[in-house]
Amino acid sequence: MLILALLLPSAMIVALMMGPVAISPVRIIEIIFGADDSAVHQDGMILSAIRLPRVILAGLVGVCLASCGTAMQGLFRNPLADPSLIGVSSGASAGASFVIVFGGVWLQSSSFFGLSLVAGGAFLGGFLAVLLVYRLATSSTGTSVATMLLAGIAISALAGALNSLFSFFADNDMLRRISLWQMGSLDAANWQRVSIAGVVTLALMVFLPKQSRALNAFLLGESEARHLGVNVDRVKRRIILLTAMGVGASVAVAGTIAFVGLIIPHIIRMLIGPDHRYLIPGTALAGAILLVMADGFARVVVAPAELPAGILTALLGAPFFFSLLTQKRHRALR
Amino acid sequence: MSLEACNLSLSFSGVPLLRGINLRISPGEVTTVVGPNGAGKTSLLRCLVNELAVTSGQVLFNHEDINSWTASDRARSLSVLPQQSLLDFPFTAEEVVMLGRTPHDTGAKRDRDIVAEALVAVDGHYLADRFYTQLSGGEKQRVHLARVLAQIWEPSSVHQSPEAVKKGCHDRYLVLDEPTSSFDLAHQQLTLDIIQTFASKGVGVLMVMHDLNLAARCSDQIVLMQCGEVVVSGTPEEVLTPSNIRRVFEVEAEIAVHPQTGKPLVVT
Repeated sequence: MLILALLLPSAMIVALMMGPVAISPVRIIEIIFGADDSAVHQDGMILSAIRLPRVILAGLVGVCLASCGTAMQGLFRNPLADPSLIGVSSGASAGASFVIVFGGVWLQSSSFFGLSLVAGGAFLGGFLAVLLVYRLATSSTGTSVATMLLAGIAISALAGALNSLFSFFADNDMLRRISLWQMGSLDAANWQRVSIAGVVTLALMVFLPKQSRALNAFLLGESEARHLGVNVDRVKRRIILLTAMGVGASVAVAGTIAFVGLIIPHIIRMLIGPDHRYLIPGTALAGAILLVMADGFARVVVAPAELPAGILTALLGAPFFFSLLTQKRHRALR
Repeated sequence: MSLEACNLSLSFSGVPLLRGINLRISPGEVTTVVGPNGAGKTSLLRCLVNELAVTSGQVLFNHEDINSWTASDRARSLSVLPQQSLLDFPFTAEEVVMLGRTPHDTGAKRDRDIVAEALVAVDGHYLADRFYTQLSGGEKQRVHLARVLAQIWEPSSVHQSPEAVKKGCHDRYLVLDEPTSSFDLAHQQLTLDIIQTFASKGVGVLMVMHDLNLAARCSDQIVLMQCGEVVVSGTPEEVLTPSNIRRVFEVEAEIAVHPQTGKPLVVT
């Protein structure tokens, strides 16, 4: 935990230096102390207007995705769960595509508090999907986690179909924007987006750790959790709401970034065990580190162009996921 | 003070599972439900601990409808061991037992002491640092037994909500669904000893068991069930008779007297 806490600032500093214009650590110190030089001034502009908000946004989005992934895996008692399971990501994609295709040019250029309408559409789409999943799974006897899982799959399929439908009506330029958006990237970072993500992250980090003990009890099973005094339905409602908010906001500011919510909880659980009291802060830090680094590399690999960060996290995540699957098989055979 | 079923019935989509059950579990007494597979033993247990909503009738927990208790107040005085638990995360055995302290705010140090004592009680102290996922079936069940024991290890009169104090709930109840099913002979005996120790401290115990002789040895009250109804209930001597066993299990049995405990011994 301590190591993670120390790693995050260093990762952020390294990421600040990375980019088409490399900035040396010495130069960063010069900028901080305000050396009077036009080259320093120019790098200072790059740092404060472009790179700093971007690095901070990457960190915040990483925190949101990873801690929400942890909460989902606990809630579903399934180490393979991730936030997209309850339809957030696919709902958000459909929302974004809708705005891109039908919004018209003037709608896309207008913005609300630094968020483009595409981002707003994504947030609404994601939230709507979760709301629908939650409604479907809730009956008079409470919310069934198993039904929620199935409803999540159904809603994801529906949202995916809508997404394809919108793409069908799109022209070439729209199609390119849709697919780029879906790959996930932090290149639109600005201070407004940072403040939106910051507020959401703050809310997550205040309220999610309060559910740690309940989530631990949840791992035993729902009725066991109830016998341990957990108000099961209230906990479920809160976690779903927090996750929808956290992931919805992340997707709105950075597109869909794959695997952070899946692999980070896994790695940290292997390192420190499944106790959510340590797991939630641990994954939050690790998620931030991964995304800050992935975004840093995304900027330099094909400079001066840049890769969407979502591609890099998936490139890192998919092989890990495969190894996980084969491990599962070994355990089943033994 | 008691855990009580009043004319309790349960049906699922029109199929009756339990019919007109009356049952009372008193502090300090061990009540065992026996009967053939599918007789409704586990359904009865699940109704009594508010896991299933009854179709008609009522479950009274300390003279009040069990639904009127908050989950956390109930958890401080009632702990439940299910037939099997599906835990698929690599907690250590100690951490699993610690989950039993979830409803209490007795502080980390006291909790650790209780967890250690509970593990010793189930002969599981050597499992403390092992990963739960790597334990054998019997070891897992012992860890869960330690967990439910830790949950009601001591009366929690201090840290209760004012409402619970007003209801006067100091009693503790232990509900066990086939606690000995995967234990070897030594651990079966150990479990019976634990149950009797807890009962002697005033804990009301309700359990489901298949072994009639084990049930006879440790129970104050035996409830014989068949097809969702209570056939007969009473002391082991009253319930375990050749005619009752023939009627319910369709097995011819002789009843002897245990040479040491003096309890009935079913010989088939």
